[in-house]
Amino acid sequence: MSEAAHPRFMRPMKAPAENPGRVLELGPERPLVLDSGKRLSPLTIAYMTYGSLNEARSNAVLVCHALSGDQFVASTHPVTGKPGWWDYAVGPGKPINTDRFFVICANVVGGCMGTTGPAEIDPQTGEPFGLSFPLVTIRDMVRAQALLLDTLGIEQLLSVLGGSMGGMQVLQWAASYPERVYSAMPIATAARHSAQNIAFHEVGRQAIMADPDWKSGDYALAGLHPSKGLAVARMAAHITYLSETALQRKFGRELHDRNALSFGFDADFQIESYLRHQGMTFVDRFDANSYLYMTRAMDYFDLAGDYGGILAEAFRGTKTRFCLVSFTSDWLFPTSENKRIAHALNAAGANVSFVEIASDRGHDAFLLEEPELFDTVRGFLGAAASAKGIK
Amino acid sequence: MNRPVTIKAPPALRPDLAAIAEMIPEGTRVLDIGCGDGSLLEYLVRAKGVDGRGLELSQQNVNQCVARGLSVVQGDADTDLSEYPSGIFDVVILSQTIQATRRPRHVLHELLRIGRHTIVSFPNFGHWRIRLSLVIAGRMPITSALGHAWHETPNIHLCTISDFLSLVHEVGGRIERALALIGNARTRKMHPAAWGPNIFAEGAIFLLTKA
Repeated sequence: MSEAAHPRFMRPMKAPAENPGRVLELGPERPLVLDSGKRLSPLTIAYMTYGSLNEARSNAVLVCHALSGDQFVASTHPVTGKPGWWDYAVGPGKPINTDRFFVICANVVGGCMGTTGPAEIDPQTGEPFGLSFPLVTIRDMVRAQALLLDTLGIEQLLSVLGGSMGGMQVLQWAASYPERVYSAMPIATAARHSAQNIAFHEVGRQAIMADPDWKSGDYALAGLHPSKGLAVARMAAHITYLSETALQRKFGRELHDRNALSFGFDADFQIESYLRHQGMTFVDRFDANSYLYMTRAMDYFDLAGDYGGILAEAFRGTKTRFCLVSFTSDWLFPTSENKRIAHALNAAGANVSFVEIASDRGHDAFLLEEPELFDTVRGFLGAAASAKGIK
Repeated sequence: MNRPVTIKAPPALRPDLAAIAEMIPEGTRVLDIGCGDGSLLEYLVRAKGVDGRGLELSQQNVNQCVARGLSVVQGDADTDLSEYPSGIFDVVILSQTIQATRRPRHVLHELLRIGRHTIVSFPNFGHWRIRLSLVIAGRMPITSALGHAWHETPNIHLCTISDFLSLVHEVGGRIERALALIGNARTRKMHPAAWGPNIFAEGAIFLLTKA
């Protein structure tokens, strides 16, 4: 991957969201106290809302985004110009029906689309935080979202939904604020990050840190961005989001824009060209340090660890209605991990459904148009809304 | 909190399922094991306001149930009942399923543990038509209640009403109510110890509790 072939790799990431949607500024009187013991203040939370909050304030649905996602769940992305990452699922008449529900999606703390994160300016120094930004956890992300709901005057969410890292937040929401979560739908996720998943994240982080432009995290001061390292991290991660079957079906050994092998290291194969494209486009919209922080937050996630090693204890006495979803070909967050959560919820006597959807599209399936997933979302949300008395 | 706001007209239920539904008090917490496509569960939730859960082996059925708004988990009665706490449900239902489990004794024991009441229904292998098929024709019986050929049946642990009664006794259960299924359309109260039902009932429904 030469610089000449990919000049975009040299370009620093575009300035964090010029249009972050709605923004909540929390002053020194409302600091975010982090798991690390540090305090984050002032704090900015960038978020989007869709639909309208009913009079009883009872129809709010929180969507939690995944590692590389953001608050633009159902609206055109301000940097890429592409449709929202869950545009299939959220909107008028869609499974998460904005004619009926008030949908909120906030950029997580530590993210890079307008919420306070390592790319933002530290008010104490006037320079970007970089690695001086405190480590955040999944629980910190959820705490920040709770502050946002307090401000919006939403006492209880009708539902919290999310896949992957978003699903971890859903689980944490249900454990930390059971009385604020009427129903919860963790999709393609786990209650703990596995050794294999930590390993993949470490590869990504090392790729970023090995980029000379990373400058120990202070690249912004030098007007640089470790785009090559971040692109490699994204390429490696992207493989884990797909299944072998899907890769083989989509690309096989097909050649890219040529009839014969080049006997060099150009992107001969379509899969190479595809991965390079994934890496290249990612660096336009994502901050390298933020990627380090997000992956670390996932690595640290072990819900049972906070409850004496017994996952069921995290949900003891819960009244939340749960629906877990996994995909057959997802080897990053396999059915077994999701089933483990279902077992713990059963042991806690919780109201739980568990759906495994047959798909050969791997972990990515949760972001794609999967009719069975959408039937499940529609049925589950509809039943929760009826049970809560929402029209 | 799980009381539905709109109660739809109850869908037509199979007579044996209707008899089971009739045994379940309103607003109770119910687990339907082997809930299939969720017909009984849906009726109980909508018409009787129960806090209903299902456990079902077939993933396809589970997905259908959840899309209908029911709370159902994919799982296996033989292995997954042990994860439920004791006495967590008011009523546990095992309808037309015990004969298909690998460990009926273990399953029945678990049912009595996790439910304050247990409802079990099953086809009666002591029915006269089945006896005749074996004795006269010398062939494994195929009836409306047991519609599979011997080589493809999921029913690996068939029993008679008398057999079931001894199992209940062995695992420390007590019979609260007993119904005989006559033909496909009627149920009739029965005295479990009487010899008649074991010959004339095509199936049975028992309401049990721990002795």
